[in-house]
Amino acid sequence: MTATSTPPSVDPAAPPPTGLALRGITKRFGSLVANDHIDLDVLPGQIHCLLGENGAGKSTLMNVLYGLLSPDEGQIYVDGSPVVVRNPKEAIGQGIGMVHQHFMLVEVFSVAENLVLGREGHGGLLNMRRARRTVRELSERYHFDVDPDAKVEDLPVGVQQRVEILKALANDARFLIFDEPTAVLTPQEIDELMAVMRSLRDEGKAVVFITHKLREVREIADTITVIRRGAVVGTADPDEPEARLAELMVGRAVNLVVDKEPARRSAEPRLRLQGVSVANAAGQVVVEDLDLDVHGGEIVCVAGVQGNGQSELADALLGTLPVTSGSIVLDGTRLDGRSPREIIDAGLGFVPEDRQHDGFVGSFTVAENLVLNSYAEAPFARGLRLDLRRVRANADERVGEFDIRTQTIETPVSSLSGGNQQKVVLARELSRPLAALVASQPTRGVDVGAIEFLHSRLVAERDRGTAVLIVSTELDEVAALADRVAVMYRGRVVGVVPPDTSREALGLMMAGVPVEEALAGAGAAAAAAPTSAGGDLT
Amino acid sequence: MSTAVTPPTSTGGEQPPASPVGVPRPSSRAARRFPWIDVVTTLAAFVLAFLVGAVLMIVSDSDVRSKFTYFFARPSDALVASADKVGGAYGALVAGAVGGYGPITETTAQAAPLICAGLGVALAFRAGLFNIGAQGQAILGALLAAYVGFSWHLPPGVHLLVAVLAGLVGGALWGGLVGWLKAVAGAHEVIVTIMLNYVAAGLLAYLLTTTAFQRPGRTDPISPIVDFSATFPRLVGGQLHLGFGLALLAAVAVWWLLERSTTGFAIRAVGANPHAAATAGMSVARTTIVAMAVAGALAGLAGVQAALGPSASGLPVPLSAGIVGSIGFDAITVALLGRSTPLGTVLAGLLFGALHAGGLAMQSVAQTPLTLTTALQALIVLFVAAPALVTRLIPFVKARRARALGPVPEGGLAS
Repeated sequence: MTATSTPPSVDPAAPPPTGLALRGITKRFGSLVANDHIDLDVLPGQIHCLLGENGAGKSTLMNVLYGLLSPDEGQIYVDGSPVVVRNPKEAIGQGIGMVHQHFMLVEVFSVAENLVLGREGHGGLLNMRRARRTVRELSERYHFDVDPDAKVEDLPVGVQQRVEILKALANDARFLIFDEPTAVLTPQEIDELMAVMRSLRDEGKAVVFITHKLREVREIADTITVIRRGAVVGTADPDEPEARLAELMVGRAVNLVVDKEPARRSAEPRLRLQGVSVANAAGQVVVEDLDLDVHGGEIVCVAGVQGNGQSELADALLGTLPVTSGSIVLDGTRLDGRSPREIIDAGLGFVPEDRQHDGFVGSFTVAENLVLNSYAEAPFARGLRLDLRRVRANADERVGEFDIRTQTIETPVSSLSGGNQQKVVLARELSRPLAALVASQPTRGVDVGAIEFLHSRLVAERDRGTAVLIVSTELDEVAALADRVAVMYRGRVVGVVPPDTSREALGLMMAGVPVEEALAGAGAAAAAAPTSAGGDLT
Repeated sequence: MSTAVTPPTSTGGEQPPASPVGVPRPSSRAARRFPWIDVVTTLAAFVLAFLVGAVLMIVSDSDVRSKFTYFFARPSDALVASADKVGGAYGALVAGAVGGYGPITETTAQAAPLICAGLGVALAFRAGLFNIGAQGQAILGALLAAYVGFSWHLPPGVHLLVAVLAGLVGGALWGGLVGWLKAVAGAHEVIVTIMLNYVAAGLLAYLLTTTAFQRPGRTDPISPIVDFSATFPRLVGGQLHLGFGLALLAAVAVWWLLERSTTGFAIRAVGANPHAAATAGMSVARTTIVAMAVAGALAGLAGVQAALGPSASGLPVPLSAGIVGSIGFDAITVALLGRSTPLGTVLAGLLFGALHAGGLAMQSVAQTPLTLTTALQALIVLFVAAPALVTRLIPFVKARRARALGPVPEGGLAS
C-alpha cells in the first residue's frame, strides 16, 4: 500500500543510535488501552508528525514520554541507550522539551522572568541579566523576535507560544514536542509557527508535531506516523493525498468535500441585519454599520481573520452583547434589544465559538446538556417539575440521531472528545424547528470524522429552509459549506462573493481591499502588495 | 510490529462507525457511583481530629501533665492518667450525644438549626454563590418569627404557621437582597453578605430597645416570651420537636429542588457554567436572585428554630442579641463537611449537633472545657478541607484516592 513506507531503521526492534526511540509503549487506563505497543523513532533534523483523531492516544503517548504518565510496558531510548523518565524534570534532563497546548506561563511576569521560573539558581539569587541574554540569543538564533522584557499577558497568543518554545530551548532541549500547537492560533500565526518549527529542524533539533489537521501535516512533515485507537496504524509520506491520510487516520474513507445540492434560496431574506453596530465588553465599537441578508435555504459564511468583529457579531445575534444601533430582523420580528431567551424562542439556533466556555456545562450529563435551552418548556417541564424520563428519552434519541459517542447518556460532557461535545451542542440546537442558525467555528478542534458529520448536518438544516449563518476562519470550511461568502474586515462586510472566489481574492478582501479591486488584484496575483493576510489563511 | 502495513480494505471493514443506538448501554444509574472516597476521607478526618483532640486534652490537664514529669521512671502512671482523661472525656461526649433518648433528642434539637442554615449555604454554593450571610439571614428569620410569636395572638396551629412563614420571608428577603444587588449592580456576594450580617445584628440590637420588641418593665435588651401557641411542639421526655422534622423536610425539599425541578436545573447550570447557561437562554440574574432568596429562607428557618424551638423549660428562649449564636457561621462548615449536598448537610448537621450536645455533657461530667468541642469541630473541618493532608497522614486512603482521580485519557470515551 502506498501510504506505508518501510520503517526508518533496518531492524525495527533496534533503537537508532541518535535520537529518541519508543519501543512497545503500552499504557492502560482501567480497561481502556490508550497506547498499545507503540514504536516510534524521532530523529534529529526531522519534523515528525503524529497524526490521529482526538482520543487516538497521541497526548497520552507524549505524556508518557514527558514523564507525566508512567508506561505499563515498553522502553524509551535516548541515543540508543534505554532511559527511565519518571517525571518532567527527568525528561528535561534527557533533552526532552514540551510545548503544551495550554501554556504554562505566568502571565504577569516578563518573558525573561518566565524563563528563570523553576530554575531560580542557588542562594535565592535571580540572574535576570543572564536570562535576558538567553532570550535574546535564542530568539536571534531561531528568528523568534521576542522582547525579553515584555510582559507575557501583553503578547499575542502566537508570541506566547514562542516563549514556551524558548523555555524548552533554554533547558537545552533536543527533542521538542508540540502538543496540538495550532489549535489556539490564527491562520497567520500558524504560518509563523511553521517557520519556527522549520528553523528548529534546520538547527538539528528533533521536532514532534501532534495534530489532527491534514493540511498542516502535509505542509511541514518530514515523517508522518498515524495513530488510531491507541496503536500505530502506519507511516506515510507528506505528499500523500489528504483523502488518503484522512482514511488512514479515521479508519474508513472520508468525504472531504461536502455533498450539497445547489441552494434553493427563499425569495425574501429570513435573517436581515441593517446598519448593525456592536460594542464589545470594553466599549469599543467592533462591528460598525454592518448590512447582511441571509435567505432561507442558503448558507452564508462570514470569513475573515480572527478579531475583525465576527465573534461579537455572533454574540449580538444571540443577544448576549447589545446592538448599539441598527436592526436585526428574523422573519419580520425584531431581535435586537431582546434577551437571549426571547431570541431563542423566536427560532434562532446558536452554536457558540468556544464550546467549552459557552456551549455546554461540562459537569452536566449528556442528557442534561441536550435540554439546556429547552428544560423549562414542554415536554420536559411539568410545572416546576423536570420530567427526567422525557429528558432521558430525548437524550437516547439525539445520541442515536447524531451518533454521539458516549458511554451513557449520564456521562458528563466534559469527558467526551471535542467532536462529540460539538455534536451534543449541535444536536441540542437542531432538535427544534429553527428559522435561523448561527454557528461560530462549528468544527474548531474537531477531528476529521466528526467534521464530515457536522458539515452534513449543517447542510441538511439548510435544506430544511433554515437561514444558516456560519462564522469561520478556516477557508477550507468556508469553501466547502458556503453558498455565499461575506468577508469581514474591521467590523464591516467588505463584500459578499460566491464560494468559488479564488483564495487570493478572498485573502485580499480579508486585508480590507474592496471587492472589485480584490477580484482584479487576484488576477494579477503577484503584483498585489497586502497579500499577507490572504496568504496566511491558505 | 505496529508500524506494519495496514491494507486499506481491512481498515475500512474493521471499524464500522459504531452506532450507539443498537448497542446496549450500561444502566444509566451506574454512571453515578457512591462517593466512597469522600466517606473514607471524612472518617479519616474524624479519627485524626479526635487524636489531636486527645493530645490537646492531655497537654492542657495539669494533673496528667505532672505525671509525665516522671514518665521514664514509671510510664504506666502517665499512660493510665492520659487514658483515663481522654476516655472519660470522650465517653461523656458520646454519652451526652447519643447515650439514650434524652441525649439523642438533645442532639436533634441542636442539629435542626445547623441543618437548615447549612442547607442555605449549600444551595447557594450549588448556584456558584458563597453565602457567608446565613448568620444575618438567620437573625432576620428569628426576629420576624419571634415578633409574630409574642405580639400576635392567633389560634393554635395558625399562630405557629404564620410565625414560621414570617421567619422564612425575613430570611428570603435578606438573602434575595444579596442576589438582587449582585444581579443588578455586580456587587460580590461575599462582601455584601458579610456586611448584611452586621446590619442584621445591629438591627436586632436596635429593635430590642424599641417598645415593639422590648419586654415591658425591662431595661435590658430582651423581648417578651413567645406564646406557647407559636412554640414548636415537642415529644414528651425529650427535646425532639417539630423543628427537627421541618429541617429534614427542608433537606428533602432542597434535594427535590436541585435534582428534580426546572429551577434547580437552572441553579446548577448557572453555578457550574454561567456562560453556557446564559448562552442557552437562562437568565443568570434571575437565577442568582432566586437561589439567594431560597438560601436566605433556609437560613431564616434556622433562625425560626432558635426563636420558636422549646428550651428545657418548654418555652422558647426570648429574643436577645445572641439569639442565633453562631449558627450562620457553623452552617458554612456544615455545608462544607456535607459536600454541599442535602444528605451530606443533614449528616454533617447531626454530627455537629451531637458534638454540641455531647460537649455540654463532657463539660459537666468530665470537667473538660466546652471549647474542646469547638476545637474538635475545627479540626474535623480542617482535615476534611485539606484532603491532601489526610491522605498523607493515612496512606491507605491515598492509594484509593490516587486510583479514583487517576488521569483520564484524552477523549477517553470517544472510541
